[in-house]
Amino acid sequence: MAQIVDRRLNGKNKSAVNRQKFLRRFRKQIKKSVENIISERSVTDLDKGEKISIPKKDTSEPFFHHGQGGHRDMVHPGNKEFKQGDLIPRPEGGSGQGEGGEASDTGEGEDDFVFELSREEFLQFFFEDLELPNLVKTKLSSITETRKVRAGHTSEGIPSNINVVRSLTGAMGRRMALRGPYKKELHKIEKELIELLKHHNETDRIIIDLRERIVYLKNRIKKIPFIDTFDLRYDNRIDEPVPTTQAVMFCIMDVSGSMGREEKDIAKRFFMLLYLFLTRTYEKIQIVFISHHTVASEVDEETFFYSRETGGTVVSSALKLMASIIQDRYPTNDWNIYAAQASDGDNWHNDSKICIDLLNNNIMPFVQYFSYIEITPDQHQNLWDEYTGIQSGWDNFAMKKIEKTADIYPVFRKLFEKREA
Amino acid sequence: MTDTAKKNQPVSQTSEWTFELIEKYHSEIERIAGNFGLSTYPIQLEIITAEQMMDAYSSVGMPVGYSHWTFGKEFVNTEKNYKRGQMGLAYEIVINSNPCIAYLMEENSMPMQALVIAHAAYGHNSFFKNNYLFTTWTSADSIIDYLLFAKNYVAECETRYGEEAVENILDSCHALKNFGVDRYKRPPKLSLQEEQSRQQEREDYLQSQVNELWRTIPDKGQNESNDSPLRYPSEPQENILYFIEKNAPLLEPWQREIVRIVRKISQYFYPQRQTQVMNEGWATFWHYTILNQLYDEGLCTDGFMLEFLQSHTNVVAQPGFDSPYYSGINPYALGFNMMTDIRRICEYPTDEDREWFPDIAGTDWNETLHFAMKNYKDESFIGQYLSPKLMRDFKLFALNDDDRSRQIEVSAIHNNRGYQQVRSTLSEQYNLGSNEPNIQVYDVDIKGDRSLTLRHTQFLRRPLDKSAYEVIKHVARLWGFDVKIESIDEREKIVKTYECSPPK
Repeated sequence: MAQIVDRRLNGKNKSAVNRQKFLRRFRKQIKKSVENIISERSVTDLDKGEKISIPKKDTSEPFFHHGQGGHRDMVHPGNKEFKQGDLIPRPEGGSGQGEGGEASDTGEGEDDFVFELSREEFLQFFFEDLELPNLVKTKLSSITETRKVRAGHTSEGIPSNINVVRSLTGAMGRRMALRGPYKKELHKIEKELIELLKHHNETDRIIIDLRERIVYLKNRIKKIPFIDTFDLRYDNRIDEPVPTTQAVMFCIMDVSGSMGREEKDIAKRFFMLLYLFLTRTYEKIQIVFISHHTVASEVDEETFFYSRETGGTVVSSALKLMASIIQDRYPTNDWNIYAAQASDGDNWHNDSKICIDLLNNNIMPFVQYFSYIEITPDQHQNLWDEYTGIQSGWDNFAMKKIEKTADIYPVFRKLFEKREA
Repeated sequence: MTDTAKKNQPVSQTSEWTFELIEKYHSEIERIAGNFGLSTYPIQLEIITAEQMMDAYSSVGMPVGYSHWTFGKEFVNTEKNYKRGQMGLAYEIVINSNPCIAYLMEENSMPMQALVIAHAAYGHNSFFKNNYLFTTWTSADSIIDYLLFAKNYVAECETRYGEEAVENILDSCHALKNFGVDRYKRPPKLSLQEEQSRQQEREDYLQSQVNELWRTIPDKGQNESNDSPLRYPSEPQENILYFIEKNAPLLEPWQREIVRIVRKISQYFYPQRQTQVMNEGWATFWHYTILNQLYDEGLCTDGFMLEFLQSHTNVVAQPGFDSPYYSGINPYALGFNMMTDIRRICEYPTDEDREWFPDIAGTDWNETLHFAMKNYKDESFIGQYLSPKLMRDFKLFALNDDDRSRQIEVSAIHNNRGYQQVRSTLSEQYNLGSNEPNIQVYDVDIKGDRSLTLRHTQFLRRPLDKSAYEVIKHVARLWGFDVKIESIDEREKIVKTYECSPPK
């Protein structure tokens, strides 16, 4: 006789340890692959898992086996026209027949070992040892806000929280339980009565007694209350602390004529990465898109990335707008503020001084982090020089120059690399 | 429809399975298998999910196994293929243990479950219990215990010596695992407790032996005439891992134990590598026979049978050499057809069969099949039983590929002149001894630099694959001193050497 065991509820992730070991062992290769993906992938689908390929020769495990050459005899099925003694030219390019028939005869490219990285794992690799600077902002640890969450049922509460189904189920159970003994006796007596009536008259003492008993029992049953306060159940709600880990991210981009499609694309990716990164740290993130040429405006994402504008560049307009938005909507004790600015570095010459003032007085004191990327293949532009002064004054200010898409990842890491505490 | 037409009612009508149905089908299958005389270990059927099947798959079907990245790699690979739908998961994994554990996957339909029960729990199971290689080389009673011991021991070493150190040693052992097999000795049976209690003892003893061998303080006065040209070991040794476990100068005791674990597990799988065609053929033959019997008795429906047959047909398909799906000879196809063919030869022999198989033509087929199952491995099974009819059915032809000539010659085909040669060539193809390079421990320079020399004796001038350069690094890591491999040809002339120093 066989024993049948249901193992479905046993842990299924027996291989998780081995999988982790595999990922750890090939961490270098996987990271490289991830870096390539960041620079190649379309912006809109960064936040998902990825197919990773690493060179097969790295993952293969060597063992002693025969190489090509020498003499061997093989048997194959499916002969059509061969006759004994036929001579066949040796196939080009080698290993038509590996030993044991395991070699790929189809000539498919088998150079890479390809597998899927889950979204979490992918981002883990991507964000590895990154850390938002000055993360200890105000409310990260201190809890002020709470929210109500359901937490089962209680026997006490306010009427509006009565859970009808629960209460009635309880009542029904209680009624059944209390009625049980009476009903049992009732059934017994009624049966007895029928038996006795065959031989006795209604007026006989024994019948009258039984009748009385029946009435008594029926009354007892009737007296069991339909619902009792004891049955009432209330939905229970308790307060759960909600850490206010909310952040707002300002994306500022120069959309003037000097920013081409390619530059915008790079900027877009940079913002995307920043956003992704913030989602790892904060529960709630708002994004404010500010695009500017000579004037700045707050726009939606679509317009931000895809609208085309022409004209000159006045950076201060954007900074001014940002400062006022912070003041109106994002009080610094509730919000962690991050800003990322992308530009080709071009600015109207007389404007740079105004930018410095705005930054020093109205922006830098309030933000967690301000990052500026200059996207240009050429020399540093005038905005860069002005910002250099700011960088020395504030350690939550960072600036970097990006030339091509592949630069983004290293720059991004540089911007947010772990700082000494 | 009259009830008298069929004596029995089908066990089930739909393709959904339930525990009761599995039990019912199983008891019918058990009865039929018993009538056919299949003798098995007790059976444990385990219902698992697809994920669990992937887990089992990637640890070579072992229910418990030590952890290592290579199993992770397998898992990642399996998962990828499964998710892409490239691969239906294997419908069966069965473990050569007592009781014999067979996995049934939750997602499968009832006919598939019945197929797996017949195939794995009766087919493979009886093969494990009766084939001479398995009875000689594996001990079904203690394997689960041993695997558990291995898993715990490796985990313990990881915490004590660091994951990387353990990984390194395992990597190196895995590279040599095919050379960690004894071919001529019976391993002792050990239970978990014995294994643990002996382990400490062994550790101390082994180390003392090693110390003895490598002693540098000369013995007083004795045997001073040691300039004799004797080699150590005095005879070449083919079990390289065993030799390393016992003699490597620098290994820590725990490292020796790990070498031993890999060696033991490799030994356990050795019979499976030699009986693929027979084992799968036997199991496939029996699931086919048993389920057909079930059908003949009216115990399953037409739909059941169609689903079963479809799956069966896929399993035993053999694409021709020029098909894009061709990847060598399908062991299921060859094995199943040979088993069926033997039955045919017994029951309805032709004149040709009488000429080729005078001993079995016309005998009791079941007895003959059982005899073959018990006493052969792939190589000898094919050499003995492959019939001309089957060679014609498969249209087998033999190629002679010699790198000294510019062309490949068709040396024999499925005709009167070729049968013998096709058969012996195919049989040789399943000879592990000639498929794997012959590499043996040849010499250790005990008195000098302690270097280890392995000898690769070329077979039909076949060279080692260039991966040998990688493997030798692993050997050097285990040995701890210089390692050299010499390839020698038929005239014992060294044609190539590989050398490697251990990592610093």
